[in-house]
Amino acid sequence: MEIKKGIAVSPGISIAKALIIDSEDYRIPRRSIKVSQRADEIQRVRNAFKDAIGELTELEAAQGKAEGGKIKDIFAVHLRFLHDRSLRKKITDLVHSDLVTAEYAVSTILREIAAHFSKVKDAYISERAADIYDIERRLLIQLLDRKREDIEHLTEEVTIIARELSPIQTAGFDRNFVKGIASDAGGRTSHAAIVARSLGIPAVVALENLTESVRGGDTVIIDGNHGIVIVNPDDQTIRQYEEYEKEFAELEHKLDAIRGKPAVTRDGVKITLLGNIEFHDEAETVLQKGGQGIGLYRTEYLYLNRQSEPTEEEHYQAYAETVSVLQDRPVIIRTLDLGADKYTQRKRFAPEPNPFLGLRSIRFCLQNLTMFKTQLRAILRASVLGDVRIMFPLITNLHEVMQTKMILRDVMEDLDEESIAYNKDIPIGIMIETPSSALTAFSLARDVDFFSIGTNDLTQYTLAVDRGNELVAALYSSSDPAVLRLIRMVIQDAHKAQIDISVCGEMASEPEYIMLLLGMGIRTLSLTAPMIPEIKQMIRSVTMEHCNNVARKVLGMNSERQISNYLRAAARKILPEAF
Amino acid sequence: MRTEHDSLENVVCETEVEIKNAEGLHMRPAMQFVDIASQFDSDITVSNNETEVNGKSIMEMSMLAATCGTKLKIKAEGSDAQRVINALRELVEEKLFSEPAP
Repeated sequence: MEIKKGIAVSPGISIAKALIIDSEDYRIPRRSIKVSQRADEIQRVRNAFKDAIGELTELEAAQGKAEGGKIKDIFAVHLRFLHDRSLRKKITDLVHSDLVTAEYAVSTILREIAAHFSKVKDAYISERAADIYDIERRLLIQLLDRKREDIEHLTEEVTIIARELSPIQTAGFDRNFVKGIASDAGGRTSHAAIVARSLGIPAVVALENLTESVRGGDTVIIDGNHGIVIVNPDDQTIRQYEEYEKEFAELEHKLDAIRGKPAVTRDGVKITLLGNIEFHDEAETVLQKGGQGIGLYRTEYLYLNRQSEPTEEEHYQAYAETVSVLQDRPVIIRTLDLGADKYTQRKRFAPEPNPFLGLRSIRFCLQNLTMFKTQLRAILRASVLGDVRIMFPLITNLHEVMQTKMILRDVMEDLDEESIAYNKDIPIGIMIETPSSALTAFSLARDVDFFSIGTNDLTQYTLAVDRGNELVAALYSSSDPAVLRLIRMVIQDAHKAQIDISVCGEMASEPEYIMLLLGMGIRTLSLTAPMIPEIKQMIRSVTMEHCNNVARKVLGMNSERQISNYLRAAARKILPEAF
Repeated sequence: MRTEHDSLENVVCETEVEIKNAEGLHMRPAMQFVDIASQFDSDITVSNNETEVNGKSIMEMSMLAATCGTKLKIKAEGSDAQRVINALRELVEEKLFSEPAP
């Protein structure tokens, strides 16, 4: 049993078998075993050879006599290697002497042999290193339960373990079988965290070297409430956590009971709670949890996991389905917010040296107009189906707002010409998530219908901290006085211009920030669906007078630590069970 | 060629062969060598100047990385040692590994 501490990013408890996703093709970390595990580990090596031989024999037979020749020779050579006692002995000897796992021993020995071949000057022989890597792969597939490529075709419940999860990988998760997520890298606002929260899967990130401690098939407990991961727990621990899981489910159940009740403070101020979604089938969850609409519909997933760009029809279908679930409730669709990631980077000849300050989000859209217009057309077409609103991300200046609105008008004119119906008065909003847009909010407010504060990027850009970089992640905090001043400024400017203002970043889903946000004047919050009941509970437990006091106090404080301690203490007094 | 009688059963035979096929002792020739060697009871070792390996292990044989022109010493020890030497010499120097593996 091994206990690891990381950052809790999505609440809940899960107990399931580990499935390791390794982005670096089959690099096996060194992991030690105990003397008592030696015999089992050696048996695993033997079984892997036996199973690989079985698989290869079938493949060889399937080749048929007619094809014969080279391919059959390759299979035959590989089979000889797998039958080779000297090879097997070298591997089991390493397990025995160095107390390492079967995977590590297989990988080490075969790579040694491959390296030996590579060094030989004769091309016939040096090229044979490739065969050795093939054999390594065959054995590792057996040892790692051949699950690694199959995350989209799961048949049993698993916990996903990875160094780092990319949006592409997480978009492919089968939600029925992925019970928990844990990764070496990442922070509270990493993609893995956001996806885990939106799917309601417990997750812990920033575990640093978890992948070195877990083997495919190991039982793993994820405690997404406390940021703890337990590898190969003993029976007593499993029982404790099963008990805890039950209690947690009961708390959830209790919170579900307030689903039908309004989000209103004790002194009668109504708050609107909307849901953030990534996939259209999450819209249902938002309503179930008591959300009154969609405050942030991320559309990136439409672009991920595929070779070509989505068609207008694919966009439209996704939006139409979401709107049909929400009926007349608001659905705020955010246009493509990609960049600084594989999707846009792979289209470039040379990767950008500093992608977070590069061609991302609205900037990327404004340089890829055909793609952008396709999405705008689909959103406009869907606008007749319900209360659809459109939101543009990462705005940094007025010019971008003007340019974007002009393109939207172009698309509207095209639709007019084709006599396709749309809502001519579709509300247009922007995300305030850069210091420049926050500082110029007073002028931007004249040209848009609403603001939504994206606190994650606003925090990252204000504090100049890459939230995914473990070395500086601790500096990332929305409690920083600089961030809070910008937020207050944006709220005040929105109120002066009499436009709607909401918060759709992570702050809106963290109970400790609720009193502060309400006290600063926020009346609409958009957050991940599983957190809606808890935040509603918080709102129903406070008075606006109390919130105003909290905000006044906090805005007079000068240090991040002082503010975050104060906010946590204040929230704990109101809602102890949430902490 | 040298033959020694250790006991009634155990015979030790040795010979030196030269790899003459262009491709050298790469995977497929190594496989043929090992397949033939494995049909016999004798212990078989093969050595170049540096290392001595088990003639029945494809991994060890291929790691000799014997290229065209390399001279290898084959040593067999057992009741059928003489037949081992004959068969392997035939494969390496006469057939030049051209026969398909049995």
